[in-house]
Amino acid sequence: MTEIVSTRANPLVDPSLHVWGPEIPIYLFLGGWVAGMMVLSGLFLRRGRPGGRRSVCCRLPLYGLTLLTGGMLALFLDLEHKLYVWRLYVTWQPLSPMSWGAWILVLVYPALLATALVDPPGMLVTRVPAVAAVSTWLARPGPMRFLAWTNLTLGMALGFYTGILLSALGARPLWSSALLGPLFLASGLSAAAAFAHLVAPDREESRTMARADNAFLTIELGLIALLVIGLATAGESQRAAAALVLGGPYTAVFWVLVVGLGIAVPLLIQGLAVSHRIAHTPLAPVLVLLGGLALRFVIVSAGQASHWVRTSSLAGGG
Amino acid sequence: MSRYGMAIDTKRCVGCMDCVVACKVENQVPEGFCRDWITQALSGVYPTLSTEIRSERCNHCDRPPCVDCCPTGASHLHDRGAVVLVDAKLCIGCKACLASCPYGARFIHPQGYADKCTFCIHRVEEGLEPACVAVCPTRCMHLGDLDDPNSEVSRLLASRKSHSLLPEAGTGPRIHYLE
Repeated sequence: MTEIVSTRANPLVDPSLHVWGPEIPIYLFLGGWVAGMMVLSGLFLRRGRPGGRRSVCCRLPLYGLTLLTGGMLALFLDLEHKLYVWRLYVTWQPLSPMSWGAWILVLVYPALLATALVDPPGMLVTRVPAVAAVSTWLARPGPMRFLAWTNLTLGMALGFYTGILLSALGARPLWSSALLGPLFLASGLSAAAAFAHLVAPDREESRTMARADNAFLTIELGLIALLVIGLATAGESQRAAAALVLGGPYTAVFWVLVVGLGIAVPLLIQGLAVSHRIAHTPLAPVLVLLGGLALRFVIVSAGQASHWVRTSSLAGGG
Repeated sequence: MSRYGMAIDTKRCVGCMDCVVACKVENQVPEGFCRDWITQALSGVYPTLSTEIRSERCNHCDRPPCVDCCPTGASHLHDRGAVVLVDAKLCIGCKACLASCPYGARFIHPQGYADKCTFCIHRVEEGLEPACVAVCPTRCMHLGDLDDPNSEVSRLLASRKSHSLLPEAGTGPRIHYLE
């Protein structure tokens, strides 16, 4: 039996009670979503835009710019010393994933903007004639190849970063897994494919996106299984962290919202749709997007509730 | 470079909280927050129970995760004693350091930056003891150089059984509790 009495039992002081609110999961979700869009855009650009000028890959960067701005706003709102945010960009801390992320985002913006200009909105071309010249120059094979690889590289980096940001914080056993990076990247790819499935003007491209989403959802499901198995079979602290989603307070929301409604149900619906047994429905991609958001909320919240369990002789600590 | 650490005698500590009050006064810690605190740990099964009262604070770890994860370099190691400090002018209040600390030793100051124990380095540099050490009525706390075998802390740790908090976390805490 161990009983701890601490004068610190105060949510203002004890960070395990509150560190990050809803802004961080929203930021991680939007960041991962944009990362997935960049990877998909990169793949489409490499393959020469199968949908032609109507290809969804020409639209994703514009959506990406908007979503990323929303994510950055959420991150900014979370900062407690907002006026000092510029300090991120006068240094580079190689051991800090957040520093890496800040600099990756600096590169992501121009890459998204340049990709969006490959096929700019007609209204913009009419109002700013120079945009047409830029677009023509970018549409040449050399710049297209460069944009494709840039989108692929930065998209992968951004997607991994959203997971590594958490997994580098070893004080929270739930996050202390290298699988979080690939999991958040797979989830971001899935969200991007689901979104492209929803908005693609070309029907064949939309179906391709549904098939791709099924693959990403399957990978995501596998990574979640590995994450939970890895935690549940590790040391006492990791087992206690796994218990949060295996019978603990996050069990229902994790298995019902994230795994059930966010992955398994859309996988089933889209599986039936791509095999022509039922018609394609917007329900599946909407569930995928909501499931991706729920995944970030659960992982961020449950991670903060997990902590090191003292296993040596005397009780207490942490 | 020296490496400051603490030895805290749990047989002497009575949990009077003088250290907490002294720290709040010395460092003008805002209301509702504290840089150090008292923990009373009761363990065992009746009737073989044991109680340990201890004064806790930032462990000024040898491998501080808060310094590694800081994106601006605000969390850093001080030249003197390798004490972990926060430069409020560099801190953006991202709270990564709070999430990375296994001891929950940090908090966000109402002015927006991360705050924590400094081992009262401003006093130590003037040859004084940290406020908590100076006021302790049972003299249970000792600050010194862990790399100096002749320091009082090193001698106490060599002569008495001791433990640190959560060594499993792998951060190398530099506060040791004498049993």
